[in-house]
Amino acid sequence: MNDRRLGVYICYCGGNISDYVDCEQVREAVAGEPNVEVAKTTMFACSDATQQEIIDDIQGLDLDGIVVASCSPTLHLMTFRGVAERAGLNPYQYVQVNLREQCSWAHTDLPALASEKAVAMVRAGIAKARYTEPLQKTRIETVPRVLVVGAGITGLRAALALSDLGISVYVAEQQERAGGWVGGFGSMYPHDGQGRELIGSLLTEIERRDNITIYTSAELVEKSGNVGDFSTTLEVSGERITLNVGAIIVATGFDVYQPEAGEYGHGSADVITLPEFKQLVDEGEGPLEYRGKPVRSVAYVYCVGARCQSNGNGYCSRYCCNAAMHAALVAGRRSPGLVQYHLYRDIRTYGKFEKLFEQARREGSVFIKFTEQDPPRVERYNGGNRVTVKDVLTENRELELDTDLVVLITAMEPRINPTLSEVLKIPVGLDGFFKEIHPKLRPVETVIDGVFIAGAAQAPRNSAESAASALSAAAKSAALLKRGFVELEPLIATVDPDVCTWCDDCSTACPYEAIERTPYGDREVAIISEAVCKGCGACAPVCRVGAIDLRGSTDRQIKAMIDAMEVVHV
Amino acid sequence: MITQTKDRPEEVGIQPHILVFSTSTISDIGIDLAGSSHLHYSPTVVFIPVSCSSGIRPEWILYALGRGFDGVFIAADGTDCPFLADCTDRTARIVGRAQDLMREQGIAPERLKMAAICSVCAEPFARHMHQFAESLIALGSESRAG
Repeated sequence: MNDRRLGVYICYCGGNISDYVDCEQVREAVAGEPNVEVAKTTMFACSDATQQEIIDDIQGLDLDGIVVASCSPTLHLMTFRGVAERAGLNPYQYVQVNLREQCSWAHTDLPALASEKAVAMVRAGIAKARYTEPLQKTRIETVPRVLVVGAGITGLRAALALSDLGISVYVAEQQERAGGWVGGFGSMYPHDGQGRELIGSLLTEIERRDNITIYTSAELVEKSGNVGDFSTTLEVSGERITLNVGAIIVATGFDVYQPEAGEYGHGSADVITLPEFKQLVDEGEGPLEYRGKPVRSVAYVYCVGARCQSNGNGYCSRYCCNAAMHAALVAGRRSPGLVQYHLYRDIRTYGKFEKLFEQARREGSVFIKFTEQDPPRVERYNGGNRVTVKDVLTENRELELDTDLVVLITAMEPRINPTLSEVLKIPVGLDGFFKEIHPKLRPVETVIDGVFIAGAAQAPRNSAESAASALSAAAKSAALLKRGFVELEPLIATVDPDVCTWCDDCSTACPYEAIERTPYGDREVAIISEAVCKGCGACAPVCRVGAIDLRGSTDRQIKAMIDAMEVVHV
Repeated sequence: MITQTKDRPEEVGIQPHILVFSTSTISDIGIDLAGSSHLHYSPTVVFIPVSCSSGIRPEWILYALGRGFDGVFIAADGTDCPFLADCTDRTARIVGRAQDLMREQGIAPERLKMAAICSVCAEPFARHMHQFAESLIALGSESRAG
């Protein structure tokens, strides 16, 4: 052991950890460990109050290392490194233990064993902290350009925002034309803005900018390099173009759920999906017609492919109630006297969109609630469609509705693009949409530094929400690049010259040519360039004499962690 | 120190202790996703994060087996490795060297397993933990270190 003075903080995470892990038991188990000056539990380690408490402890108790056992380091490693820094402690003297994602949440079924595991994990964190060293970051210059993938409303809005901030933008659009979904829309909720006009005005403004270039029929096929300095390759109509950018914003939008044949009569005549109905009400003037026949009555079936236990998607895709309500209002304006039945499970016209719901009711739309277990049936009847539904709010009375048109209010779905996922390697969530680091704390950042997500590629969203997230991604990437440099982790490999005998194995193993030969006394030894080393550590296992260590996970630290988690078989 | 006691709830039984070397940039993300999706695996699985699986020293694996772990699992990045295009081959060589050392010490080489765990490989990770635990149970305590 050594004379380190450590502080250990065990987070309840408001129950996310403490509901399954006995945090007090963990604290008691580690409080007496050598070097541990203070061990505390806290409701939220990331709260301002606890951060200040840790700072006070570091300064008051003269701590030279801290361990916070809380959530995944992807979420709060930087938070607590910041805490250390503000207290005057080198941020690399901080160790995070992941008690949430890698313990409590994975073992909700076995709390007693989860608590035992947590003790071992915190002990390993303490063991690692005993051997931390103060380290300094290295800086690299950033390239003030951004690649935006997708030229829908999200991508175009992000491009303009970046251009405003003086950052050059390349936009890569897979389709032949920029504009995305909104570029094909007429009237949009809530203010009847015209989608085509909206996209038109964005494109007109973009044309005026010297620092935005749009590539259509373009696909991102390669990416290499680091945050702040990526080399990306686009395939544009068969030709390859290499672009050097500092950050990437992914704004690839959504797809629409395609009902299976026979699902609510899908596939038979006069049964259409929400996008098809939207197109119908957007185009032409005067009373609605479908395939040459006047439309006098419509039945809307909500939650098609959404909130399903079995087929379709489990999530609510949130925009569809509003979009359906608005399309119904536009349809009503075009065809006065149009009879409209809304067959719904729950209406989620959140926020100000409640007004659309209210207006639809005032204008005579009839709302009929059904349950997922007892969905409406759509059958051909008398040259039209008959929808049979049990009205939950009227004693489950069965209603037969003969309508000219049935509209299936279909869910938003993630757009699957295997090439893009392969190239960018950003995680997707269980719903299939690209996943941010944290929905509230870091909503447009991904685990891949310098790669941001925005719009409906990330979650079901309407155009205004997508544009807002586009601005967020633009602000985040501009903040990254405007600084002119990024600081790279100092967690790189080092050579102990007293042990090294220069055999050349390490320099052969390094793909970055970071290792060279240098004189040391009367011998030659290996030396590792701090600017070139990426910190993979691949040189360490090939060293015959064990002279190479990776900072942040040294041989001594790893073995101390294993010792701390030692298993005793009885 | 983890004590393997026999008074576990019956439905749990004795679970093998597995040390997972995971990578902080890729496979930890997949393992985190397993947790945040509440995919269960045995609480006798613990982790040590590393930068890249090609940086794992074979002696660490032997060291862990000598400290009572029933098995060591390397959650590699495979082709997703941000550092090395040939990471899988390099990690495989480390596994090979470690298994040679294990054979010399009479430890079953099956106690070391490597698989690519990507940043969204939550279900594959949980499945690997179940399968590896089963194969370690099948090995019994005979071919363990010490």
